[in-house]
Amino acid sequence: MAQVTLPEDWTALTGGIRVLEINAENYRDLRSSLTQRWPDLGTVLERCAVAIDGQIYQDAFMEELAADSEVFFMPRIEGG
Amino acid sequence: MAEAVDYKQIGSRPVRPDGLDKVTGRAQFGADTVLPNMIHGKVLRSPHAHAKILSVDVSGALALPGVFAAISGADFPGGGIEGEVGGEGGGTLDDVAKNVMARDKVLYHGHAVAAVAAATPMAAEAALAAIKVEYEPLAPVLDVLQAMQPDATLVDENNYTKLPEKPEHPSNVANQGRLERGSIEEGFAAADVVVEREFKCPMAHQGYIEPQACVASIDEQGRGTLWCSTQGHFEFRAATSKMLGKDLSDLKVVPKEIGGGFGGKTVVYLEPLAVLLSEKSGRPVKMALNREEVFRATGPASASVARIKVGAKRDGTITAAHAWIAYEAGAFAGAPYMPGAMAIFAPYQLENFLVETFDVLVNKPKVAAYRAPGAPQSMHAFECALDEIAQLLQTDPIDLRLHNAAEEGTQAPYGPKFPPIGFKACLEAAKSHPNYLAPVPEGAGRGVAAGFWFNVGLQSSAEVHINENGTVMVIEGSPDIGGSRASMCLMAAETLGIEYEQVRAQVADTDSTGFCNVTGGSRTTFATGMAVTRACEDVIAECKKRAAMTWGLDEDQVEWEDGQAVPGPGVNADVKALSLADLARKAAKTGGPILGRASLNAQGAGASFSVNFGDLRVDQETGKVDVLSYTAVQDAGKAIHPAYVEGQMQGGAAQGLGWALNEEYIYNEEGVLENPGFLDYRIPVCSDLPMIDTEIVEVANPSHPYGVRGVGETPIVAPLAVATNAVSRAIDKRVTELPLSPPNLLEVIDGD
Repeated sequence: MAQVTLPEDWTALTGGIRVLEINAENYRDLRSSLTQRWPDLGTVLERCAVAIDGQIYQDAFMEELAADSEVFFMPRIEGG
Repeated sequence: MAEAVDYKQIGSRPVRPDGLDKVTGRAQFGADTVLPNMIHGKVLRSPHAHAKILSVDVSGALALPGVFAAISGADFPGGGIEGEVGGEGGGTLDDVAKNVMARDKVLYHGHAVAAVAAATPMAAEAALAAIKVEYEPLAPVLDVLQAMQPDATLVDENNYTKLPEKPEHPSNVANQGRLERGSIEEGFAAADVVVEREFKCPMAHQGYIEPQACVASIDEQGRGTLWCSTQGHFEFRAATSKMLGKDLSDLKVVPKEIGGGFGGKTVVYLEPLAVLLSEKSGRPVKMALNREEVFRATGPASASVARIKVGAKRDGTITAAHAWIAYEAGAFAGAPYMPGAMAIFAPYQLENFLVETFDVLVNKPKVAAYRAPGAPQSMHAFECALDEIAQLLQTDPIDLRLHNAAEEGTQAPYGPKFPPIGFKACLEAAKSHPNYLAPVPEGAGRGVAAGFWFNVGLQSSAEVHINENGTVMVIEGSPDIGGSRASMCLMAAETLGIEYEQVRAQVADTDSTGFCNVTGGSRTTFATGMAVTRACEDVIAECKKRAAMTWGLDEDQVEWEDGQAVPGPGVNADVKALSLADLARKAAKTGGPILGRASLNAQGAGASFSVNFGDLRVDQETGKVDVLSYTAVQDAGKAIHPAYVEGQMQGGAAQGLGWALNEEYIYNEEGVLENPGFLDYRIPVCSDLPMIDTEIVEVANPSHPYGVRGVGETPIVAPLAVATNAVSRAIDKRVTELPLSPPNLLEVIDGD
């Protein structure tokens, strides 16, 4: 089960839940699991980055998840 | 630390391919395009910092001889525009469209209200004078703290802070962010020393030498070409076409050579105006800002107020840190409030922290990205507080940072655990550097500070064409600002196993190569370099296939070594190795021209850390600061072209020192900028600075084929605190307000 941590300001959309475990083989399935549970997350997920096991993906799609993967969502960064 | 790899091309220092043209004046920049029948566009700007526009009448301008077109906000398509502009400070396209041309209100002095195109620049100036605009002036709000007050004048009456639940009342706070871990109350209770300060950073301009400039030529069907100075021509195409309701494919954007950007040329200002004026006039239209317009109307970096509280134990362990930072956004939302929050504590292992940041509207120009957006302001506050902690604990400031330094496996303040990073390596390199081992000159203070930026990947495309003689052409879509053509050629040469001189690079227009995001975010060498490397691997695969066909072997029996195809180990084939030139000459008979291509969304950008230190002396009578020496240490992952990495480090240090020592926007009470030129807005010149010494640390980024991290953003972060800490130590008083200009410093020196 991947350990998933959501940004604090998403808790208004998730009923206060910020840390959860999700059984998913890849990011697409994890994302699908989140939006099935909280449909309002769909929009914010489009506009955020995600770190999977320390690696930051600005646009994740099919990245594989291990059974003990750590997943953090965060704002997208670009720079100047 | 990753093992050093012995490369043949990467790590060498050839002269950049565009260098000769740029130093001889042959290079073609934004304003150098000249077309037959070309006319000239100019912009009419608001004389008020805040006012309602009651009417705009351009008929007087159109009646003048030699005037071909005049436009105002009413000429732009109505309705909201979906989408966002890339990069911090970008904001929504809808806001950028209203920044390009005001609609119902002007929101800062210099905001565009109309534009004309005429036969000559003088005729265009005369036409501007004939445009009648009626305003209802409003009181401006110019200070970030005043703007946050509940009774403040509203820049935008429809702005409500973006929160999960819409606030009851509008305000000037557009966004707010928060990062938290542990308990700061418990952390401060465990501290032996606590430092609490309020720091201020002024607005600062990117200071690119080339003002924005473009030429648009649009035909009677609404299709055409735009030549411009840009960090990202694909994103300029998207923004311009969306603002004007055009189809993306109706516009070709050609990137000219660019005379500096630093984030400021990631957003459009003139381009939609030039396209619309060209469409209305039926003529090519050239537009170029002058320096005054650049200062009055293009995006600076945010001014900020940062309140910081830091606690530490006697052994140097930081027990808690609390930061509250308000960033000015200018007239539209888009200050880098989240990157600033995410960066401030990134170099350290902290168990207890809280960061609260705010994106605040004021009646000043809309901010734009500037190297590591948000980080210089936030990290200035924390790095200065750390210096004071080091003084209180009577410990070396590098040792204090080493004691708390983040390393591989440390959980970053913004969530994930760091992969391999080079912060400790930078600290150790700084501590053992001869400049740090040297005594501090008499009367000077030595400042130390750390820098950080996330770095990004994003989308890039590249093609690699093998010419008939085996030389190589790299086609890429990333405008070359910092020497990236040379870096692309080096990576291509290394991958293909040939000499650098056999490779050329071309930055192609939007019709001629695949999509690329902006040159920004320290991404080009990382992401476009990754695309070039993959395109070269594509070429190698094709070459091995051609060689296998030639020799009658299977493809997997052929290998690529030192720029030629050879039979693999154990393959019994009495054949002569085929070089790239051999294969190119025979290409017609083996399947046609050889090319490789790659397009990708590069993931896994590696964070870059830096440690800077410098010795600064203050003239106690005049308040003038002299930078006696300055040293920048930074982890580049792998320096593809070390001279250009050093150039980024030196340039960032110079810009950061300028921000720290002299640069600031000075507004009067009406919101009119009083120093819109390089005479009064003082960027550093050569005589102001010593040689910036550099040391490149290389802790490879495992996500890049050559270990690249990206280097362009981080160098500007540390210098602000280096300067403040050095000056504070030199005068034995803590300074909290930038710039460290003579009048500001004299106030501190002469104060209680």
